[in-house]
Amino acid sequence: MERLTNRSKIVSDKKMTFLEKIYLPAILSGIMITIKHMFKKHATVRYPEKTREFSEIYRGMHVLKRDDKGAERCTACGLCAVACPAEAITMVAAERNKGEENLYREEKYAAKYEINMLRCIFCGLCEEACPKEAIFLTDRIVTTDYGRDEFIYGKDKLVEPVNARIDVTKRQTPEVLEFKQQKKLSHNR
Amino acid sequence: MAKVTIDGIEIEVADGTTILNAARQLGGASVPPAMCYYSSLKGSGGKCRVCLVKVAQGSSKDPRPIPKLVASCSTPVADGMVVQNLTSPEVLEARKGVVEFLLINHPLDCPVCDQAGECDLQNLAYEHGASTTRYEEERRTFEKIDIGDKIKLHMTRCILCYRCTMVANQLTDNRVHGVLNRGDASEISTYIEKAVDNDFSGNMIDVCPVGALTDKTFRFKSRVWFTKPMDAHRSCTKCSGKTVLWMKDNEVLRVTARKDQYGEVKEFICNECRYDHKNAADWTIEGPRHIDRHSVIAQNHYEKTDLLTLKKEIERQIEFQKGKPLPLALDEKK
Repeated sequence: MERLTNRSKIVSDKKMTFLEKIYLPAILSGIMITIKHMFKKHATVRYPEKTREFSEIYRGMHVLKRDDKGAERCTACGLCAVACPAEAITMVAAERNKGEENLYREEKYAAKYEINMLRCIFCGLCEEACPKEAIFLTDRIVTTDYGRDEFIYGKDKLVEPVNARIDVTKRQTPEVLEFKQQKKLSHNR
Repeated sequence: MAKVTIDGIEIEVADGTTILNAARQLGGASVPPAMCYYSSLKGSGGKCRVCLVKVAQGSSKDPRPIPKLVASCSTPVADGMVVQNLTSPEVLEARKGVVEFLLINHPLDCPVCDQAGECDLQNLAYEHGASTTRYEEERRTFEKIDIGDKIKLHMTRCILCYRCTMVANQLTDNRVHGVLNRGDASEISTYIEKAVDNDFSGNMIDVCPVGALTDKTFRFKSRVWFTKPMDAHRSCTKCSGKTVLWMKDNEVLRVTARKDQYGEVKEFICNECRYDHKNAADWTIEGPRHIDRHSVIAQNHYEKTDLLTLKKEIERQIEFQKGKPLPLALDEKK
């Protein structure tokens, strides 16, 4: 029969030689392999004391950004939800009342905004679709949990706190900035 | 009868038909787009200049071309006329310019606007416009006005197609709705914010090609592509009662009239049907409405297929695979 690989060995029950009988050479060669691996670079890191280096454009947990004045940028346009291939995003829009101008940037805002992190595949299409630069993926990791319900992240987890802004400037690579040139014009702001 | 050639296809139409209507009888890709012309409103058309076409040959008697592009919605055909729409680069260039002009004062607030997804201007700009804007100055802005308690007017978004004033003129018995001022300062008004309380005033919302006139009962409720359009009817004493229900689960979010493939309403509906029956139990639901698959509303939208039509379509494709020319589709006219 034709062999599948050239690494397969034909098993035979021939008598072992003296060297083979004392097993020492085989043991030593085994120990050598072990010692060699001790000096090799580790495949793992000692998490959580050490963390791996993240790519600057790593796609982790989402953030809903606020603008410079602290008002929420999201206007519940639904483009992220329609772009989402996993259909993980749902939202309910509401109209801004008088006096809430410092809370929401536009006349419409997302009263409810939920991402099902079990559905999300972290593809970043929501970030790409967003016309208001409101949603970004960050290098934060979605933590594990016991219940499935806990993975539906609402605005309490997604919107960045006013006093603890999340930096997404590193995601703005030259290619991204070029794409966004059009959005800089006054009427697009 | 007059014989016209539109984009190389010949068709015979009645005398006095406009080029646009002749093209619509022909169907297909060479139908010029229209933002202000509305077949069921008398006197509409000639304002937006989107339907410009080139007449390469005036008629068989006078074969000289018309020197400038003409608005196809208000130019009647002549025997032997040769019209170029998509085949003329000049027309496409002009149309791109017209779209740019229409967008000069139109705010890009599509993420907020309720019309997004079913907006004629959005579709037009997507198909014919440039992908970037060159305009950097301030746009004209107006305050939002409530026209009655059911309609919201965003004058900033208006492209002055005059369709709504024609609805007010022709469908309602007293005119309370018109356009004030001139040029840049033109403004739809209800003559000192007089409430529109006629039974058919709600049709202004349907005829508006942009999001200038929107339904206040649907304001910010949902984006259109998250709703499911269903054909439905009820017996109504004032109108035909044939409508489209825009539903989310079992909730009726909005009721509109049925629009044809050119976005025009043929049977206008009354305000009672539009605003007062937001309960699915009031309606006999016929089934999902046909939505063009290129529309964003067709996302997750499924329709019943007529098996007989499907069988005919499969037979048509089999004919084609045998090496014969593709026979005409069922919805294509000869």
